[in-house]
Amino acid sequence: MRLDAILRIVTKMLIPFMLIFALYVHFHGDFSPGGGFQAGVVIAAAVVFHALVFGLYPTQKIVPPRLVTLMMPAGVIIYAGVGFLTLYLGENFLDYDVLSHNHHPEKPNYHAQERGVLWVEVGVLTTVAGTMISIFYAFAGRGKGEDKTK
Amino acid sequence: MSEALINTVLLSLLACITIGIVRTRNLFGVVVLSGIYSLLIASVMMVLDAVDVAMTEASVGAGMSTVLLLGTLYLTKGHEMKAFKPPLLPLFVAIGVGAMLVYGTIDLPPFGAADQPVNQHVGPDYLARSKPETGIPNVVTSVLASYRGFDTLGETTVVFTAGIGILMLLRRRRKKDDTLREGEK
Repeated sequence: MRLDAILRIVTKMLIPFMLIFALYVHFHGDFSPGGGFQAGVVIAAAVVFHALVFGLYPTQKIVPPRLVTLMMPAGVIIYAGVGFLTLYLGENFLDYDVLSHNHHPEKPNYHAQERGVLWVEVGVLTTVAGTMISIFYAFAGRGKGEDKTK
Repeated sequence: MSEALINTVLLSLLACITIGIVRTRNLFGVVVLSGIYSLLIASVMMVLDAVDVAMTEASVGAGMSTVLLLGTLYLTKGHEMKAFKPPLLPLFVAIGVGAMLVYGTIDLPPFGAADQPVNQHVGPDYLARSKPETGIPNVVTSVLASYRGFDTLGETTVVFTAGIGILMLLRRRRKKDDTLREGEK
């Protein structure tokens, strides 16, 4: 019988809350401390937590290394994509005011600003979470137990 | 008054932990102590009202770095080797640089002094303009993502580049091992 039952069950119960907290930190970043970077680190921490308790291989089945590696450039592309979108819509690079239907050159546009900030932070979150998990996988995948995977 | 007390306690704890990190030979202990160090730095940031930085420090410094250092420890030995000779020159350099830095802080204005250039340049401008222009209450977010969005794009690219660098360093070895193994067959 495994002796770490409590650890495993508590981990399983905690991880959803960690992910929800990450989303809260991300989406509430306009109003409270936090933002894409912090949310990305919290997501990465949840994955690392899972890997520490259940082992690297089960975690890599849920969050495949390929996906994580793809997340790294995807975030930069999302971020730059927002910039090129505003450029395409006829404003300066990363000038969010144009990202909403009621855009007026003279007036500030809160809705469009929040939308732009949110998507830019999605890009930051994706890159940061991807990078952190990739580095963890790279470290944990080396070492003494490596031969078993092949 | 209470802020000064909290600062004194936190900074003396930081000094104690630094001495502990230098003196401990067991690397597992060093990793745990550096995690505590990051947590204390995060508390110092909280006292300074830099909540965003505190959050980042707590999650990256105390969380992820500790895990990565433990992962590294798994690949190496758990004990630091003894130095061959007493490190007198590094000690001299460290004390010299430290003394110079302390000397430099004597001329600094008191923390948060309102009449200093650092608090009169762009800071008040952002504080005054952020809410009417962007509608975002958290000025840190509006400066980071809206006013200086281009900087943050560069920052994200830096994170991406650093990650790629580490992956290239750590994954190449495994490929070579594979070809070796196939060669053995």
